[in-house]
Amino acid sequence: MRTDDLIEVLSADLEPVDHRQTSRRLSYAIAAGILIVVAIVFGILGARPDVTNLVSWIPALIKVAATMAILVPASIYLIKLSRPGGEHAVSLALVLLPFAIIITLASLSIAAGPSGHAKLVLFSDDWIECVVSIPLIAIVPFAVITWVVRQMAPTDLARTGAFVGLVAGCVSAIGYAFHCADDSVPFFAVWYGGTIGLCTFAGWRLGPKLLRW
Amino acid sequence: MTSESDFGGLMRASLRGDTTAYRALLGGLSASLRAYYKRRLARIGRSASEAEDLTQDALMAIHSRRHTYDPSAPFLPWVHAIARYKLIDHLRRTRATSTDVPIEQAKDLVAESDYAAAESAQDIQRLMGKLPGKMRGAIESVKLEGLSVAEAAQRTGISESDVKISVHRGLKKLTEAVSPKRRTS
Repeated sequence: MRTDDLIEVLSADLEPVDHRQTSRRLSYAIAAGILIVVAIVFGILGARPDVTNLVSWIPALIKVAATMAILVPASIYLIKLSRPGGEHAVSLALVLLPFAIIITLASLSIAAGPSGHAKLVLFSDDWIECVVSIPLIAIVPFAVITWVVRQMAPTDLARTGAFVGLVAGCVSAIGYAFHCADDSVPFFAVWYGGTIGLCTFAGWRLGPKLLRW
Repeated sequence: MTSESDFGGLMRASLRGDTTAYRALLGGLSASLRAYYKRRLARIGRSASEAEDLTQDALMAIHSRRHTYDPSAPFLPWVHAIARYKLIDHLRRTRATSTDVPIEQAKDLVAESDYAAAESAQDIQRLMGKLPGKMRGAIESVKLEGLSVAEAAQRTGISESDVKISVHRGLKKLTEAVSPKRRTS
C-alpha cells in the first residue's frame, strides 16, 4: 500500500476522541484493584483477629494512609508515564519522599528501643506471611493495570513497568493492612516497604515484555 | 510545515474531527517520518526501504493512539516518542539494539521532509487480502479511488455510517496484524 493511500484511509476513519478518557480508565482500574484486593483479603485471609475491637482499626487505617501517601503520587506519575513521551514529564523525588519519611521514622523507632528490640519487632510471627502475601496478591491489580496501560502506548516500557509494579504493590499492601495485626513502624517500613519495592523491581523487569504495543 | 505550532494546531483541529486538517497533518508527518527513518537507518547501514514500512507503522500508531495526546501539551514530543518507539521496536525485532539509535530531541523528528513516497515492502497488501470482503471493499474504495466516505457509500450501495464502521474495523484489524505480538516476520 502506498503511504498516501494509507493517509486517505486513516482520514476516513477520523472520529473526535476524548483525551481524558484514558486517564479516567486508569484511575478506575486502580480503584477497582483496591476493591478486588480488599475483597481477596477479607474473603481468603480474613480480617485481623482483633477486628471486633474498634481501636484496632486505628493502626490499620494509619497503615492504609501511609501506603496511600506512596500510591497517590505514584498513580499520578503512572498516568503521565503511560502516554507516549510521558517519561520526560516525570521526576522521582515526590514518589521517593514518602518512602524516605517512613524509613526515617522506622530508624528513629529502632534507635529509641533497647538493643535486640529491632530483631524482635522485625521477625515477629507475621513477617513471612507478609512477604509472601503482598507480592502474591499484587499480581491481580498488576494484571488489571497492565492491561489498561498498554492501550495508552507508553514509550519507556521499563520505567512504566516499574510504576505499574509500584502501584500494584501499594494496592496490595492496602488490602493486606486489614489482615495484618503487626502495627510497629519498623515492621511496616521493612516488610511493606520491601515487598512494594520487590513489586516495583518485578514491574521494571516485566515491563518491556508485557507493555509492548 | 515542520514546526510545533503547525503540527500542533493541525492535531488539535483533527481531534475535534476536522478531516482536512487531519489529512494535512498526516501528509506533513509522513514526510518528516520518512526522512527521519531514512536518516536513522542509513546511520546503521540498513536499507532505506524499511523506512516506508516504519512510516506507515508510525502513522497507524499515531492514528490508533491519538486519544493519548493531551491537547494542552506540546505535540512534537508526543509524536517523536511514538516515532522513536516504533524505530527501536523495529530494530529490536530485527536483531539490532537500541544503542543504534542516538540520544535525540523531539525536533530531530521534523528536521527534514521527504516526499518521495514509495510502496511499502511490508505486507499490508497481503494483510488487506485477509480482511473480510466488506471491510476490504470500504478501505479500497476510500484508498484506491480517493473517494469521500459519502461517495464510497453511494458507490457500494451501503450507508455512510456502514462505510465508516467497515473502515474503522478494517483498520483495527490491520493495526493488530502489524503489532509486535502477532507479527511473524
